[in-house]
Amino acid sequence: MAAITLESVGKTYAGGVTAVHAIDLAIEDGEFLVLVGPSGCGKSTLLRMIAGLETISSGAVKIGNRVVNQVEPAERDIAMVFQNYALYPHMSVRENLAYGLKNRGVPKDEIARRVAEAAKILEIGGFLDRKPRALSGGQRQRVAMGRAIVREPAAFLFDEPLSNLDAKLRVQMRGEIKQLQARLGTTSIYVTHDQLEAMTLAHRLVVLNGGRIEQVGTPLEVYRKPASTFVAAFIGSPAMNLLQAEVSGGRVRLGGASLPAPGAAEGKVTLGLRPEDLQRTRPGAEGALLMNVAYVEELGAQRLVHGTVGGQSLVCAQPVESDLGDTLTLTADPAAVHLFDAASGKRLG
Amino acid sequence: MSTKRNTFRHRTLPYLLIAPQLVVTLVFFMWPAAQAVIQSFQQEDAFGLSTTWVGFQNYQALFADPDYLNALKVTVVFTLGVTAMSLGLALLLALAVDRMVKSATVYTTLLVWPYAVAPAVSGVMWWFMFNPTIGIFPYLLRMVGYDWNHGLHGTDAMILVVLAASWNQISYNFLFFVAGLQSIPASLREAAAIDGAGPAKRFWTITLPLLSPTTFFLLVVNFVYAMFNTFATIHATTQGGPAGSTNILVYKVFNDGFIGLNLGSSSAQSVVLLFIVIALTVVQFAWVERRVQY
Ligand SMILES: Nc1ncnc2c1ncn2[C@@H]1O[C@H](COP(=O)(O)OP(=O)(O)O)[C@@H](O)[C@H]1O
Ligand SMILES: [Mg+2]
Repeated sequence: MAAITLESVGKTYAGGVTAVHAIDLAIEDGEFLVLVGPSGCGKSTLLRMIAGLETISSGAVKIGNRVVNQVEPAERDIAMVFQNYALYPHMSVRENLAYGLKNRGVPKDEIARRVAEAAKILEIGGFLDRKPRALSGGQRQRVAMGRAIVREPAAFLFDEPLSNLDAKLRVQMRGEIKQLQARLGTTSIYVTHDQLEAMTLAHRLVVLNGGRIEQVGTPLEVYRKPASTFVAAFIGSPAMNLLQAEVSGGRVRLGGASLPAPGAAEGKVTLGLRPEDLQRTRPGAEGALLMNVAYVEELGAQRLVHGTVGGQSLVCAQPVESDLGDTLTLTADPAAVHLFDAASGKRLG
Repeated sequence: MSTKRNTFRHRTLPYLLIAPQLVVTLVFFMWPAAQAVIQSFQQEDAFGLSTTWVGFQNYQALFADPDYLNALKVTVVFTLGVTAMSLGLALLLALAVDRMVKSATVYTTLLVWPYAVAPAVSGVMWWFMFNPTIGIFPYLLRMVGYDWNHGLHGTDAMILVVLAASWNQISYNFLFFVAGLQSIPASLREAAAIDGAGPAKRFWTITLPLLSPTTFFLLVVNFVYAMFNTFATIHATTQGGPAGSTNILVYKVFNDGFIGLNLGSSSAQSVVLLFIVIALTVVQFAWVERRVQY
């Protein structure tokens, strides 16, 4: 087990594409860190540089106290779980698990012991002698995990390991990965484009955008205090409403409405309001948002009301039994009002 | 494969449409094959005036003939030589191209060119390069003290025809190997690299096993090529000599039939070859059915 440190790590591909810009990041020993961001933001590139599958263009990657820039993947003491699982199709599950140990000259009885243990943990003992193609997606996923844990590496690297599974299995495996990591306490870096996966798994998550870090923090920190409009729109479902507004005299104003403004901003801003933070208030209330309802989505546990405020679209979450008219009068707690710089998108206050 | 079915309004149209191919097959393949089978049971007198029915005598004579047994042996050596050489080199080249990031397409194109050269032409080219008096290779070999003369030494002649025949086939094998390598997901080799397998170990334990369907297919294709499609190469280089040391079965059929005019024996030899082709085809199909390995 080891800490992993990235010191201004950057990657420019041969074609001239800079996929990762000088990233600094310290991953603690035993931490579950999730790299999250939209497709193409450089998550896989960063992970593959840590694994040694991609050369590092600039900066240094440290595993433990050792700079590993020039170290072969095999010698970095990491294990990786690939999106397509990358199971060796011509080997049985047992051989897949044993392959990495055999290559390292681990004694036979030790291999057998570790394979049996991993099989027990992941409940794959029943099909150790099958070939991968005779397994379901979920079972393959477990075997891929098994191949990582038999090695007892210093760190696990996951590259979107659940995105080939159906929704139900994904939720189940998500839980299992979380428990497994907690139980083994192995430093893990997990790449995903799914913000829900990131929120549920991470000790800390790193939001990447265009090869740069937008924000690092615990899931709650990132949810409660998004550092930019990008993070605000990316983390949380349904997504945060972002509206053009103006601050004057300590109040955010849009249309005829005004809300208490946090901090000391003035002038044009982007106002962020999470749909779940908008509450109904009595019609005609002072400064309330007047929302014209366009349509309603029933989600079962709640309903999402889509509409407009002062010509800008807005979504708010409402309890299912609420009776809705053509307009809703809404307000938000001062703590739930997020303000961002209108030009740069950076958080204000 | 499409499951869409077209129906013709005229009953005869489909038959008309396949008729040209059927006619060609019947006239140029079925008819001669049938002739060969019939002739293999007959013997013609020296002047070609009368034929007599001799049953299996041609076959018995064949397998008692030291020349024929020699040709059988030569064919085995030649076929194994050509297959090993053209598969081995093609795989090496394909692996090299597979590692290339930039100019892979240029190399691929260049490496495919030899396939477009007619075997007779490439045969002549090799004949020039290895000509004991004017060729470049005998000249170089003499400098290291080897006296190359494929007109006198059977081994030299065998090496020459194996080289010449392989050269044509490498391009074909190369293309299939490149395609085969490209169908192996990069993540498998990456996973193996993380699993502590070096390049050599990755090749033997991951790449080669996953290439086995391609390799097996090419093995059969190359057997068939070496045994049946190398007539022009042999004809342009050694003509089966010296002393029958490169006289493969197909070349012997031609020699005995068209030069020696022993049609009965030549036909019997053709029929033996026919059975070899059938056997190879059956093996090939049986294997394709099983979808190989994993
Ligand atoms: N081998 C490569 N050569 C050139 N560009 C690449 C290569 N791999 C990825 N890229 C580019 O780098 C950027 C980041 O890719 P990637 O790390 O795969 O993103 P993500 O995993 O976040 O979807 C993308 O713009 C992608 O097109
Ligand atoms: Mg990716």
